[in-house]
Amino acid sequence: MIPAAFDYVAPTSLDEALQALGSGDDVKVIAGGQSLLPILRMRLNAPERLVDLGRIEELRGVSEEGDSLVIGAMTTYSDVLDSDLVRQHAALLHKAIREVADPQIRHRGTVGGALVHADPAGDVGAPALALDAELVVAGPGGERTVAAGDFFRDLFETAVGEGELLTRIRIPKHTGWGAHYEKFVRVAHQWSIVAVGATVRVDGRTIAEARVGLTNMGSTPLRATAVEQALVGKPATEEAVREACAAAAEGTNPPSDLNGDADYRRHLATVLTRRAVLTAAGA
Amino acid sequence: MTRISVRVDGVDYTDEVEPRTLLVHYLREQLGKTGTVVGCDTSNCGACTVHLDGRSVKSCNVLAVQADGHEVTTIEGLATGGELHPVPQAFHECHALQCGYCTPGMIMQAVDVLRENPDPSEEEIRLGLEGNLCRCTGYHNIVRAVRQAAGAREGAQA
Ligand SMILES: Cc1cc2nc3c(=O)[nH]c(=O)nc-3n(C[C@H](O)[C@H](O)[C@H](O)COP(=O)(O)OP(=O)(O)OC[C@H]3O[C@@H](n4cnc5c(N)ncnc54)[C@H](O)[C@@H]3O)c2cc1C
Ligand code: FES
Ligand code: FES
Repeated sequence: MIPAAFDYVAPTSLDEALQALGSGDDVKVIAGGQSLLPILRMRLNAPERLVDLGRIEELRGVSEEGDSLVIGAMTTYSDVLDSDLVRQHAALLHKAIREVADPQIRHRGTVGGALVHADPAGDVGAPALALDAELVVAGPGGERTVAAGDFFRDLFETAVGEGELLTRIRIPKHTGWGAHYEKFVRVAHQWSIVAVGATVRVDGRTIAEARVGLTNMGSTPLRATAVEQALVGKPATEEAVREACAAAAEGTNPPSDLNGDADYRRHLATVLTRRAVLTAAGA
Repeated sequence: MTRISVRVDGVDYTDEVEPRTLLVHYLREQLGKTGTVVGCDTSNCGACTVHLDGRSVKSCNVLAVQADGHEVTTIEGLATGGELHPVPQAFHECHALQCGYCTPGMIMQAVDVLRENPDPSEEEIRLGLEGNLCRCTGYHNIVRAVRQAAGAREGAQA
Protein backbone atom coordinates (compact mmCIF):
# COMPACT_ATOMS: atom_id res chain seq x y z
CA MET A 1 0.00 0.00 0.00
CA ILE A 2 1.09 3.54 -0.70
CA PRO A 3 0.76 6.53 1.64
CA ALA A 4 -1.41 9.52 0.75
CA ALA A 5 0.57 12.35 -0.85
CA PHE A 6 2.58 14.67 1.42
CA ASP A 7 5.22 17.39 1.17
CA TYR A 8 8.66 16.46 2.36
CA VAL A 9 11.44 18.49 3.92
CA ALA A 10 14.78 17.22 5.18
CA PRO A 11 16.39 19.93 7.33
CA THR A 12 20.03 19.61 8.35
CA SER A 13 19.85 21.40 11.71
CA LEU A 14 17.63 21.29 14.76
CA ASP A 15 16.63 24.96 14.33
CA GLU A 16 15.49 24.38 10.77
CA ALA A 17 13.57 21.30 11.88
CA LEU A 18 11.73 23.25 14.60
CA GLN A 19 10.85 25.95 12.08
CA ALA A 20 9.58 23.35 9.63
CA LEU A 21 7.50 21.77 12.40
CA GLY A 22 5.85 25.09 13.12
CA SER A 23 5.09 25.67 9.43
CA GLY A 24 1.56 24.25 9.41
CA ASP A 25 -1.10 22.34 11.28
CA ASP A 26 -0.68 18.91 9.91
CA VAL A 27 3.07 18.36 10.08
CA LYS A 28 4.58 15.10 11.24
CA VAL A 29 8.15 14.14 12.12
CA ILE A 30 9.72 11.09 10.51
CA ALA A 31 12.71 9.47 12.22
CA GLY A 32 13.53 5.89 11.18
CA GLY A 33 10.03 5.52 9.78
CA GLN A 34 9.71 1.96 11.08
CA SER A 35 6.47 2.70 12.91
CA LEU A 36 5.33 5.77 10.99
CA LEU A 37 5.60 4.38 7.45
CA PRO A 38 3.41 1.32 8.16
CA ILE A 39 0.85 3.74 9.65
CA LEU A 40 0.96 6.01 6.58
CA ARG A 41 0.82 3.04 4.21
CA MET A 42 -2.31 1.75 5.93
CA ARG A 43 -3.66 5.32 5.72
CA LEU A 44 -4.28 5.41 9.45
CA ASN A 45 -2.76 8.87 9.25
CA ALA A 46 -2.23 11.25 6.32
CA PRO A 47 -0.19 14.32 7.32
CA GLU A 48 0.29 17.16 4.85
CA ARG A 49 3.98 17.44 5.44
CA LEU A 50 6.77 15.22 6.75
CA VAL A 51 9.85 16.66 8.42
CA ASP A 52 12.65 14.10 8.12
CA LEU A 53 15.17 14.20 10.99
CA GLY A 54 17.49 11.80 9.20
CA ARG A 55 19.93 14.45 8.00
CA ILE A 56 20.49 16.21 11.32
CA GLU A 57 23.90 15.02 12.52
CA GLU A 58 23.62 16.72 15.94
CA LEU A 59 20.77 14.36 16.87
CA ARG A 60 22.80 11.21 16.37
CA GLY A 61 25.35 9.37 18.49
CA VAL A 62 26.27 8.33 22.02
CA SER A 63 28.47 10.44 24.29
CA GLU A 64 29.38 10.97 27.94
CA GLU A 65 28.42 14.00 30.02
CA GLY A 66 29.83 13.61 33.53
CA ASP A 67 27.93 10.85 35.30
CA SER A 68 25.50 10.44 32.42
CA LEU A 69 25.33 8.92 28.99
CA VAL A 70 23.70 11.01 26.31
CA ILE A 71 22.02 9.27 23.39
CA GLY A 72 20.84 11.40 20.47
CA ALA A 73 17.20 10.83 19.54
CA MET A 74 18.20 9.79 15.99
CA THR A 75 20.66 7.15 17.14
CA THR A 76 19.55 3.90 15.55
CA TYR A 77 19.04 0.69 17.47
CA SER A 78 22.02 -0.83 15.72
CA ASP A 79 24.22 2.16 16.63
CA VAL A 80 23.23 1.58 20.26
CA LEU A 81 24.07 -2.11 19.95
CA ASP A 82 27.50 -1.18 18.55
CA SER A 83 28.18 1.26 21.40
CA ASP A 84 30.59 0.10 24.14
CA LEU A 85 29.49 3.08 26.24
CA VAL A 86 25.92 1.81 26.33
CA ARG A 87 27.03 -1.74 27.03
CA GLN A 88 29.16 -0.53 29.97
CA HIS A 89 26.94 2.10 31.54
CA ALA A 90 23.38 1.21 30.51
CA ALA A 91 23.51 -2.54 29.97
CA LEU A 92 19.75 -2.89 30.38
CA LEU A 93 19.07 -0.69 27.36
CA HIS A 94 21.54 -2.70 25.33
CA LYS A 95 19.92 -6.01 26.31
CA ALA A 96 16.41 -4.75 25.57
CA ILE A 97 17.29 -3.35 22.15
CA ARG A 98 18.74 -6.70 21.14
CA GLU A 99 15.18 -7.99 21.44
CA VAL A 100 13.52 -5.34 19.25
CA ALA A 101 12.05 -6.50 15.93
CA ASP A 102 14.68 -7.79 13.46
CA PRO A 103 18.06 -6.64 12.12
CA GLN A 104 16.60 -4.71 9.17
CA ILE A 105 14.30 -2.71 11.43
CA ARG A 106 17.11 -2.19 13.95
CA HIS A 107 19.21 -0.66 11.17
CA ARG A 108 16.59 2.09 10.66
CA GLY A 109 14.55 2.47 13.85
CA THR A 110 15.74 5.06 16.37
CA VAL A 111 15.70 5.29 20.15
CA GLY A 112 13.92 8.64 19.98
CA GLY A 113 11.30 7.36 17.55
CA ALA A 114 10.59 4.39 19.78
CA LEU A 115 10.16 6.58 22.88
CA VAL A 116 7.90 9.16 21.21
CA HIS A 117 5.85 6.48 19.46
CA ALA A 118 5.21 5.03 22.95
CA ASP A 119 3.68 1.73 21.96
CA PRO A 120 2.92 0.01 25.28
CA ALA A 121 4.41 -3.21 23.87
CA GLY A 122 7.58 -1.41 22.71
CA ASP A 123 10.82 -2.57 24.30
CA VAL A 124 12.60 0.75 24.94
CA GLY A 125 10.23 2.48 27.37
CA ALA A 126 10.59 0.13 30.36
CA PRO A 127 14.41 0.24 30.32
CA ALA A 128 14.35 4.05 30.00
CA LEU A 129 12.06 4.18 33.02
CA ALA A 130 14.06 1.68 35.06
CA LEU A 131 17.32 3.53 34.32
CA ASP A 132 15.82 6.88 35.46
CA ALA A 133 16.40 8.41 32.03
CA GLU A 134 15.73 12.09 31.38
CA LEU A 135 14.35 13.15 28.04
CA VAL A 136 15.32 16.46 26.50
CA VAL A 137 12.51 18.05 24.50
CA ALA A 138 13.07 21.08 22.25
CA GLY A 139 10.35 23.46 21.10
CA PRO A 140 9.93 26.99 19.78
CA GLY A 141 10.49 28.32 23.32
CA GLY A 142 13.72 26.39 23.97
CA GLU A 143 14.53 23.17 25.75
CA ARG A 144 13.06 21.36 28.73
CA THR A 145 13.96 18.13 30.47
CA VAL A 146 11.32 15.56 31.37
CA ALA A 147 11.91 12.60 33.71
CA ALA A 148 11.01 9.26 32.15
CA GLY A 149 8.41 8.83 34.89
CA ASP A 150 6.57 11.92 33.60
CA PHE A 151 7.20 11.31 29.91
CA PHE A 152 4.77 8.49 29.16
CA ARG A 153 1.20 9.79 29.43
CA ASP A 154 -0.98 7.10 27.86
CA LEU A 155 -1.18 4.72 24.90
CA PHE A 156 0.93 6.34 22.13
CA GLU A 157 0.97 9.61 24.09
CA THR A 158 3.98 11.34 25.63
CA ALA A 159 5.03 14.70 27.02
CA VAL A 160 6.25 15.74 23.54
CA GLY A 161 3.70 18.30 22.34
CA GLU A 162 2.88 19.72 18.91
CA GLY A 163 5.77 21.61 17.40
CA GLU A 164 8.23 19.88 19.75
CA LEU A 165 11.01 17.36 19.20
CA LEU A 166 12.73 14.86 21.42
CA THR A 167 16.42 15.65 20.94
CA ARG A 168 18.28 13.36 23.31
CA ILE A 169 18.05 10.96 26.20
CA ARG A 170 20.22 11.34 29.26
CA ILE A 171 20.82 8.21 31.32
CA PRO A 172 22.63 8.21 34.68
CA LYS A 173 25.49 5.75 34.37
CA HIS A 174 24.74 2.38 35.91
CA THR A 175 28.31 1.19 35.64
CA GLY A 176 28.88 -2.30 36.98
CA TRP A 177 25.18 -3.04 37.35
CA GLY A 178 24.02 -6.43 36.07
CA ALA A 179 21.11 -6.34 33.64
CA HIS A 180 18.66 -8.56 31.85
CA TYR A 181 15.60 -8.06 29.64
CA GLU A 182 13.25 -11.02 29.68
CA LYS A 183 10.82 -10.81 26.75
CA PHE A 184 7.97 -13.28 26.46
CA VAL A 185 6.71 -14.06 22.95
CA ARG A 186 5.16 -17.12 21.33
CA VAL A 187 6.72 -16.88 17.89
CA ALA A 188 9.90 -15.34 16.55
CA HIS A 189 9.79 -11.66 15.63
CA GLN A 190 6.85 -10.72 17.83
CA TRP A 191 6.02 -7.74 20.00
CA SER A 192 6.27 -8.38 23.74
CA ILE A 193 3.25 -10.10 25.24
CA VAL A 194 4.91 -9.05 28.49
CA ALA A 195 8.56 -8.21 29.07
CA VAL A 196 10.54 -7.25 32.15
CA GLY A 197 13.79 -5.32 32.32
CA ALA A 198 15.82 -5.60 35.51
CA THR A 199 19.11 -4.02 36.48
CA VAL A 200 20.73 -4.65 39.87
CA ARG A 201 23.83 -3.69 41.77
CA VAL A 202 25.13 -6.64 43.71
CA ASP A 203 27.48 -6.07 46.64
CA GLY A 204 29.18 -9.31 47.59
CA ARG A 205 26.23 -11.71 47.43
CA THR A 206 23.63 -9.15 48.44
CA ILE A 207 21.40 -7.05 46.21
CA ALA A 208 22.27 -3.47 47.09
CA GLU A 209 20.00 -1.71 44.58
CA ALA A 210 17.46 -2.86 42.01
CA ARG A 211 15.44 -1.27 39.22
CA VAL A 212 12.63 -3.09 37.41
CA GLY A 213 10.62 -1.91 34.41
CA LEU A 214 7.56 -3.66 32.95
CA THR A 215 6.57 -3.71 29.26
CA ASN A 216 2.93 -4.14 28.19
CA MET A 217 1.49 -4.30 31.70
CA GLY A 218 -0.57 -1.14 31.21
CA SER A 219 -1.06 1.73 28.79
CA THR A 220 2.48 2.97 29.54
CA PRO A 221 5.69 1.32 30.68
CA LEU A 222 5.64 0.82 34.46
CA ARG A 223 8.12 0.57 37.32
CA ALA A 224 7.74 -2.34 39.75
CA THR A 225 8.67 -0.22 42.76
CA ALA A 226 7.37 -2.72 45.34
CA VAL A 227 9.75 -5.33 43.91
CA GLU A 228 12.64 -2.86 43.79
CA GLN A 229 12.19 -2.09 47.48
CA ALA A 230 11.69 -5.71 48.51
CA LEU A 231 14.93 -6.73 46.77
CA VAL A 232 17.21 -4.34 48.63
CA GLY A 233 19.39 -6.16 51.13
CA LYS A 234 18.24 -9.61 50.00
CA PRO A 235 20.71 -12.33 49.04
CA ALA A 236 20.82 -13.02 45.28
CA THR A 237 19.28 -16.46 45.71
CA GLU A 238 16.35 -18.08 43.94
CA GLU A 239 14.25 -18.23 47.08
CA ALA A 240 14.74 -14.66 48.25
CA VAL A 241 14.25 -13.25 44.76
CA ARG A 242 11.12 -15.32 44.17
CA GLU A 243 9.57 -13.91 47.31
CA ALA A 244 10.45 -10.31 46.43
CA CYS A 245 9.13 -10.69 42.88
CA ALA A 246 5.70 -11.95 43.95
CA ALA A 247 4.59 -8.30 44.03
CA ALA A 248 5.60 -7.61 40.39
CA ALA A 249 2.04 -7.14 39.12
CA GLU A 250 1.02 -4.79 41.95
CA GLY A 251 -0.54 -1.61 40.60
CA THR A 252 -0.50 -2.76 36.97
CA ASN A 253 -3.41 -2.72 34.56
CA PRO A 254 -2.51 -5.13 31.77
CA PRO A 255 -4.59 -5.52 28.61
CA SER A 256 -6.53 -8.64 27.64
CA ASP A 257 -6.15 -9.68 24.02
CA LEU A 258 -5.64 -12.71 21.79
CA ASN A 259 -2.21 -13.31 23.30
CA GLY A 260 -3.48 -13.58 26.84
CA ASP A 261 -5.88 -12.08 29.35
CA ALA A 262 -4.97 -9.69 32.13
CA ASP A 263 -4.65 -12.42 34.79
CA TYR A 264 -2.31 -14.40 32.61
CA ARG A 265 -0.19 -11.29 32.07
CA ARG A 266 -0.07 -10.67 35.84
CA HIS A 267 1.19 -14.20 36.31
CA LEU A 268 3.75 -13.71 33.53
CA ALA A 269 4.99 -10.50 35.15
CA THR A 270 5.92 -12.28 38.38
CA VAL A 271 7.66 -15.15 36.59
CA LEU A 272 9.53 -12.92 34.13
CA THR A 273 10.55 -10.50 36.89
CA ARG A 274 12.09 -13.34 38.88
CA ARG A 275 13.97 -14.59 35.82
CA ALA A 276 15.14 -11.12 34.86
CA VAL A 277 16.35 -10.25 38.36
CA LEU A 278 18.13 -13.59 38.87
CA THR A 279 19.91 -13.32 35.52
CA ALA A 280 20.77 -9.66 36.13
CA ALA A 281 22.22 -10.60 39.53
CA GLY A 282 24.28 -13.34 37.91
CA ALA A 283 22.64 -15.89 40.20
CA MET B 1 8.08 15.97 -7.01
CA THR B 2 11.47 15.83 -5.36
CA ARG B 3 14.77 15.27 -7.12
CA ILE B 4 16.93 12.49 -5.72
CA SER B 5 20.38 11.17 -6.59
CA VAL B 6 21.01 7.57 -5.61
CA ARG B 7 23.72 5.10 -6.46
CA VAL B 8 22.07 1.74 -7.12
CA ASP B 9 24.10 -1.39 -7.81
CA GLY B 10 27.10 0.75 -8.72
CA VAL B 11 25.28 3.10 -11.13
CA ASP B 12 24.35 6.73 -10.35
CA TYR B 13 20.76 7.77 -10.98
CA THR B 14 19.09 11.17 -10.66
CA ASP B 15 15.31 11.08 -10.77
CA GLU B 16 12.17 12.98 -9.85
CA VAL B 17 10.00 11.10 -7.38
CA GLU B 18 6.88 11.80 -5.39
CA PRO B 19 7.90 11.99 -1.70
CA ARG B 20 5.48 9.20 -0.86
CA THR B 21 7.21 6.74 -3.23
CA LEU B 22 8.54 3.75 -1.32
CA LEU B 23 12.11 2.76 -2.09
CA VAL B 24 10.96 -0.66 -3.31
CA HIS B 25 8.60 0.94 -5.83
CA TYR B 26 11.29 3.31 -7.04
CA LEU B 27 13.63 0.36 -7.58
CA ARG B 28 11.06 -1.80 -9.35
CA GLU B 29 9.00 0.71 -11.29
CA GLN B 30 11.37 3.56 -12.06
CA LEU B 31 14.65 1.63 -12.35
CA GLY B 32 13.18 -1.67 -13.56
CA LYS B 33 15.02 -3.59 -10.83
CA THR B 34 12.32 -6.20 -10.35
CA GLY B 35 14.66 -8.61 -8.56
CA THR B 36 13.53 -6.99 -5.32
CA VAL B 37 9.98 -8.08 -4.54
CA VAL B 38 7.11 -7.10 -2.24
CA GLY B 39 5.65 -9.88 -0.11
CA CYS B 40 3.52 -8.15 2.50
CA ASP B 41 1.82 -4.92 3.57
CA THR B 42 3.17 -4.85 7.12
CA SER B 43 6.99 -4.87 6.83
CA ASN B 44 7.10 -8.31 8.37
CA CYS B 45 8.21 -10.60 5.54
CA GLY B 46 11.63 -9.26 4.52
CA ALA B 47 11.20 -10.16 0.81
CA CYS B 48 12.05 -6.57 -0.12
CA THR B 49 15.38 -6.48 1.77
CA VAL B 50 18.15 -4.42 0.13
CA HIS B 51 21.28 -2.77 1.51
CA LEU B 52 21.32 0.95 2.21
CA ASP B 53 24.91 2.15 2.71
CA GLY B 54 25.90 -1.47 3.27
CA ARG B 55 23.26 -2.32 5.88
CA SER B 56 20.12 -4.34 5.32
CA VAL B 57 16.77 -2.55 5.33
CA LYS B 58 13.23 -3.41 4.30
CA SER B 59 12.79 -1.30 1.17
CA CYS B 60 9.00 -1.26 1.60
CA ASN B 61 9.58 0.66 4.83
CA VAL B 62 11.94 3.36 3.50
CA LEU B 63 10.96 6.32 1.33
CA ALA B 64 12.90 6.82 -1.88
CA VAL B 65 13.57 10.42 -0.76
CA GLN B 66 15.26 9.06 2.37
CA ALA B 67 17.77 7.29 0.12
CA ASP B 68 18.76 10.56 -1.56
CA GLY B 69 22.55 10.85 -1.53
CA HIS B 70 22.98 7.26 -0.39
CA GLU B 71 23.99 3.96 -1.92
CA VAL B 72 21.65 1.01 -2.48
CA THR B 73 22.59 -2.56 -3.34
CA THR B 74 19.89 -4.95 -4.54
CA ILE B 75 20.00 -8.65 -5.29
CA GLU B 76 20.83 -7.62 -8.88
CA GLY B 77 24.03 -5.96 -7.76
CA LEU B 78 25.58 -8.86 -5.85
CA ALA B 79 27.23 -10.72 -8.73
CA THR B 80 30.66 -9.61 -9.87
CA GLY B 81 32.19 -10.37 -13.27
CA GLY B 82 29.47 -12.82 -14.25
CA GLU B 83 30.19 -15.03 -11.22
CA LEU B 84 27.47 -15.83 -8.69
CA HIS B 85 28.14 -14.34 -5.26
CA PRO B 86 28.93 -17.12 -2.69
CA VAL B 87 25.57 -16.75 -0.92
CA PRO B 88 23.31 -17.33 -3.96
CA GLN B 89 25.74 -20.05 -5.05
CA ALA B 90 25.22 -21.80 -1.69
CA PHE B 91 21.42 -21.34 -1.92
CA HIS B 92 21.59 -23.06 -5.32
CA GLU B 93 23.75 -25.94 -4.06
CA CYS B 94 21.82 -26.51 -0.81
CA HIS B 95 18.37 -26.33 -2.44
CA ALA B 96 17.53 -23.41 -0.16
CA LEU B 97 14.44 -22.35 -2.12
CA GLN B 98 11.24 -23.79 -3.49
CA CYS B 99 8.93 -21.13 -4.93
CA GLY B 100 11.77 -18.61 -4.64
CA TYR B 101 9.68 -15.64 -3.63
CA CYS B 102 11.48 -15.03 -0.34
CA THR B 103 14.88 -15.70 -1.88
CA PRO B 104 16.08 -12.21 -2.94
CA GLY B 105 15.37 -10.84 0.54
CA MET B 106 16.68 -13.95 2.26
CA ILE B 107 19.95 -13.70 0.33
CA MET B 108 20.39 -9.98 0.99
CA GLN B 109 19.78 -10.53 4.71
CA ALA B 110 22.13 -13.54 4.76
CA VAL B 111 24.86 -11.34 3.25
CA ASP B 112 24.24 -8.83 6.04
CA VAL B 113 24.42 -11.57 8.70
CA LEU B 114 27.79 -12.69 7.31
CA ARG B 115 29.07 -9.11 7.14
CA GLU B 116 28.48 -8.77 10.88
CA ASN B 117 29.61 -12.27 11.78
CA PRO B 118 31.64 -14.23 9.21
CA ASP B 119 31.22 -17.52 11.08
CA PRO B 120 27.74 -17.60 12.62
CA SER B 121 26.30 -20.56 14.52
CA GLU B 122 23.01 -22.07 13.45
CA GLU B 123 21.23 -20.10 16.16
CA GLU B 124 22.89 -16.85 15.14
CA ILE B 125 21.81 -17.44 11.55
CA ARG B 126 18.22 -18.11 12.60
CA LEU B 127 18.17 -14.94 14.71
CA GLY B 128 19.76 -12.95 11.90
CA LEU B 129 17.04 -14.12 9.49
CA GLU B 130 14.28 -13.45 12.02
CA GLY B 131 12.73 -10.73 9.88
CA ASN B 132 12.53 -12.87 6.74
CA LEU B 133 9.63 -15.25 6.26
CA CYS B 134 9.67 -18.32 4.02
CA ARG B 135 6.42 -20.17 3.49
CA CYS B 136 7.96 -23.14 1.62
CA THR B 137 11.26 -24.48 2.85
CA GLY B 138 10.89 -24.75 6.61
CA TYR B 139 14.15 -22.72 6.76
CA HIS B 140 16.33 -25.81 7.21
CA ASN B 141 18.15 -25.62 3.89
CA ILE B 142 18.34 -21.84 4.07
CA VAL B 143 20.28 -22.08 7.33
CA ARG B 144 22.45 -24.81 5.80
CA ALA B 145 23.19 -22.59 2.79
CA VAL B 146 24.25 -19.69 4.97
CA ARG B 147 26.59 -21.97 6.90
CA GLN B 148 28.01 -23.32 3.69
CA ALA B 149 28.53 -19.80 2.38
CA ALA B 150 30.33 -18.97 5.61
CA GLY B 151 32.66 -21.84 4.91
CA ALA B 152 31.33 -23.59 7.98
CA ARG B 153 31.67 -27.36 8.22
CA GLU B 154 29.08 -29.06 6.08
CA GLY B 155 26.68 -31.57 7.51
CA ALA B 156 26.80 -30.25 11.09
CA GLN B 157 23.38 -30.20 12.75
CA ALA B 158 22.28 -27.14 10.72
C1 LIG C 1 7.67 -5.59 11.63
C2 LIG C 1 7.97 -4.71 12.81
C3 LIG C 1 8.24 -5.29 14.04
C4 LIG C 1 8.54 -4.49 15.14
N1 LIG C 1 8.82 -5.11 16.33
C5 LIG C 1 9.12 -4.36 17.42
C6 LIG C 1 9.43 -4.96 18.67
O1 LIG C 1 9.48 -6.17 18.81
N2 LIG C 1 9.71 -4.15 19.73
C7 LIG C 1 9.69 -2.77 19.61
O2 LIG C 1 9.98 -2.08 20.59
N3 LIG C 1 9.41 -2.18 18.44
C8 LIG C 1 9.13 -2.93 17.34
N4 LIG C 1 8.84 -2.30 16.14
C9 LIG C 1 8.76 -0.81 16.08
C10 LIG C 1 10.12 -0.17 15.92
O3 LIG C 1 10.80 -0.31 17.14
C11 LIG C 1 10.07 1.31 15.48
O4 LIG C 1 11.25 1.58 14.81
C12 LIG C 1 10.05 2.34 16.55
O5 LIG C 1 8.93 2.11 17.35
C13 LIG C 1 9.95 3.75 15.96
O6 LIG C 1 11.21 4.34 15.73
P1 LIG C 1 11.46 5.13 14.34
O7 LIG C 1 12.75 5.82 14.48
O8 LIG C 1 11.34 4.18 13.23
O9 LIG C 1 10.30 6.21 14.39
P2 LIG C 1 9.24 6.68 13.28
O10 LIG C 1 8.47 5.54 12.79
O11 LIG C 1 9.90 7.54 12.29
O12 LIG C 1 8.34 7.62 14.20
C14 LIG C 1 7.47 7.10 15.18
C15 LIG C 1 6.65 8.23 15.81
O13 LIG C 1 7.46 9.07 16.62
C16 LIG C 1 7.50 10.41 16.13
N5 LIG C 1 8.90 10.84 16.30
C17 LIG C 1 10.00 10.12 15.91
N6 LIG C 1 11.13 10.72 16.33
C18 LIG C 1 10.75 11.85 16.97
C19 LIG C 1 11.48 12.89 17.65
N7 LIG C 1 12.83 12.86 17.75
N8 LIG C 1 10.78 13.91 18.21
C20 LIG C 1 9.42 13.93 18.14
N9 LIG C 1 8.69 12.97 17.51
C21 LIG C 1 9.33 11.94 16.95
C22 LIG C 1 7.00 10.35 14.71
O14 LIG C 1 6.35 11.54 14.35
C23 LIG C 1 6.02 9.18 14.78
O15 LIG C 1 4.80 9.60 15.29
C24 LIG C 1 8.56 -3.07 15.01
C25 LIG C 1 8.28 -2.48 13.77
C26 LIG C 1 7.99 -3.28 12.67
C27 LIG C 1 7.69 -2.64 11.36
S1 FES D 1 7.49 -6.43 1.50
FE1 FES D 1 8.87 -5.41 2.78
S2 FES D 1 8.81 -6.60 4.53
FE2 FES D 1 7.29 -7.56 3.34
S1 FES E 1 10.89 -20.53 -1.11
FE1 FES E 1 8.79 -20.02 -1.20
S2 FES E 1 8.64 -18.48 0.32
FE2 FES E 1 10.65 -19.18 0.59
